[in-house]
Amino acid sequence: MLKVRVMPTLLFKNVGLVKGIGFDSWRRVGGVIQSMKVYNLRQVDEMVLLDISATLEGRRPDFQAVDEYADACFVPFTVGGGVRTVDDVKGLLQVGADKVALNTAAFESPELIRESADRFGVQCVVVSIDARRMPDGTYMAFTHAGTRPTGEAPATSARRVAALGAGEILLTSIERDGTMAGYDVELVRQVSSVVDVPVIASGGAGSYEHMYEAITAGGASAVAAASIFHFTEQTPREAKNFLRARGIPVRVD
Amino acid sequence: MSTGIVDCGTCNLDSVFRAVQECGGTPTVLTTPAELPRMSRVILPGVGNFRHGMGQLRQRGFGEALREQIVDKEIPLLGICLGMQYLCTRSWESGETAGLDLVHGEVKRFQPDDPAVRVPHIGWNEVRFTGPCPLFEGIPDGSDFYFVHSYHFTDCAPGDTAARTDYAGGFVSAVSHGRVFGVQFHPEKSQKLGFKLLQNFLSM
Repeated sequence: MLKVRVMPTLLFKNVGLVKGIGFDSWRRVGGVIQSMKVYNLRQVDEMVLLDISATLEGRRPDFQAVDEYADACFVPFTVGGGVRTVDDVKGLLQVGADKVALNTAAFESPELIRESADRFGVQCVVVSIDARRMPDGTYMAFTHAGTRPTGEAPATSARRVAALGAGEILLTSIERDGTMAGYDVELVRQVSSVVDVPVIASGGAGSYEHMYEAITAGGASAVAAASIFHFTEQTPREAKNFLRARGIPVRVD
Repeated sequence: MSTGIVDCGTCNLDSVFRAVQECGGTPTVLTTPAELPRMSRVILPGVGNFRHGMGQLRQRGFGEALREQIVDKEIPLLGICLGMQYLCTRSWESGETAGLDLVHGEVKRFQPDDPAVRVPHIGWNEVRFTGPCPLFEGIPDGSDFYFVHSYHFTDCAPGDTAARTDYAGGFVSAVSHGRVFGVQFHPEKSQKLGFKLLQNFLSM
């Protein structure tokens, strides 16, 4: 049976790893390679590295740095941040990324999704959708590290990008991010129910129970988390033991 | 005693290269078939689109060279992911395309009956051995390996099926025919047991 994946998200800004709250108030949480080495040992199923300031600062991905990180990663590795062109996608795959996450570019130049999928396969194209719950209770997708509204509902975005060739959706709740108050399960459900590609729930995990909810009530194929692993004693390995005890198929040694 | 890694220019070879090194092998990236005769074994990796990748393989001259200089000489060959699919008779990705026809079979897209079964098949899933295969020595039956693909090998001769995996009705997740092997999963991304499988291949 296919296992539900537990994956840490590593957010990279300037010179180190950070973790914020609601896409703001960033705290340094250490070095990338150091963290990856720890996660290799903790039975994570994949790792996600996002350079969250690249687009805002108009930078391209740091291929040389990703090359070094990829060498330290012995599980599937998704890299995002600042990806604008097919050459960026190719460059990241060449230095060792297994999948490339597109966020701003997926909205501003959707043809990049199709071109990347045609050339490198849908399996390496992840579209990262950052969403916010609006005052009227509906959801809206945002770009530029959560700073610019797209005017589009995330479920609509997801369906659109999946049709273009996205192989997976990384769905982050902006206002839950870093709060450890739980995933926005309704958001996850709205998106996972309209696409047939896997959806990774992200933003808000504070307990193993939250992961269980995102999977069962939200329909997520994978759960991504950062704060819970950076700032608490909870580990990916224990998360999987918990999920397994609750009847969720996970990979444990 | 070098392990050749075929580069058809469509995918990243870095992780396979590093994994072979980690497993004690000496990898050599092959962009043309010129160095094939020097290789003691060959890995055919691949991610992406079958038709595009197969076109690149043929353009670089690997189509005939792999058969004549590796398979006919009984030098071990391991296809990984799309590399396993290249071994087939034909694939239906982006229209009918002939494969290397080293292992009889066809490659088709997953068509799950159940809408809850997602495509691509991404993540860790169990590999059930269908018979003894030197690749799997020391690896427990039903171990988890990492998959990421939308198309899969099918209509394979029972004797050539080395493993199956339960997804969307079940599919062939490993093949072996003489000294030709193929795995749909990524041993280079499957941690300890993936490395064990590569070590098994490197010791052939």
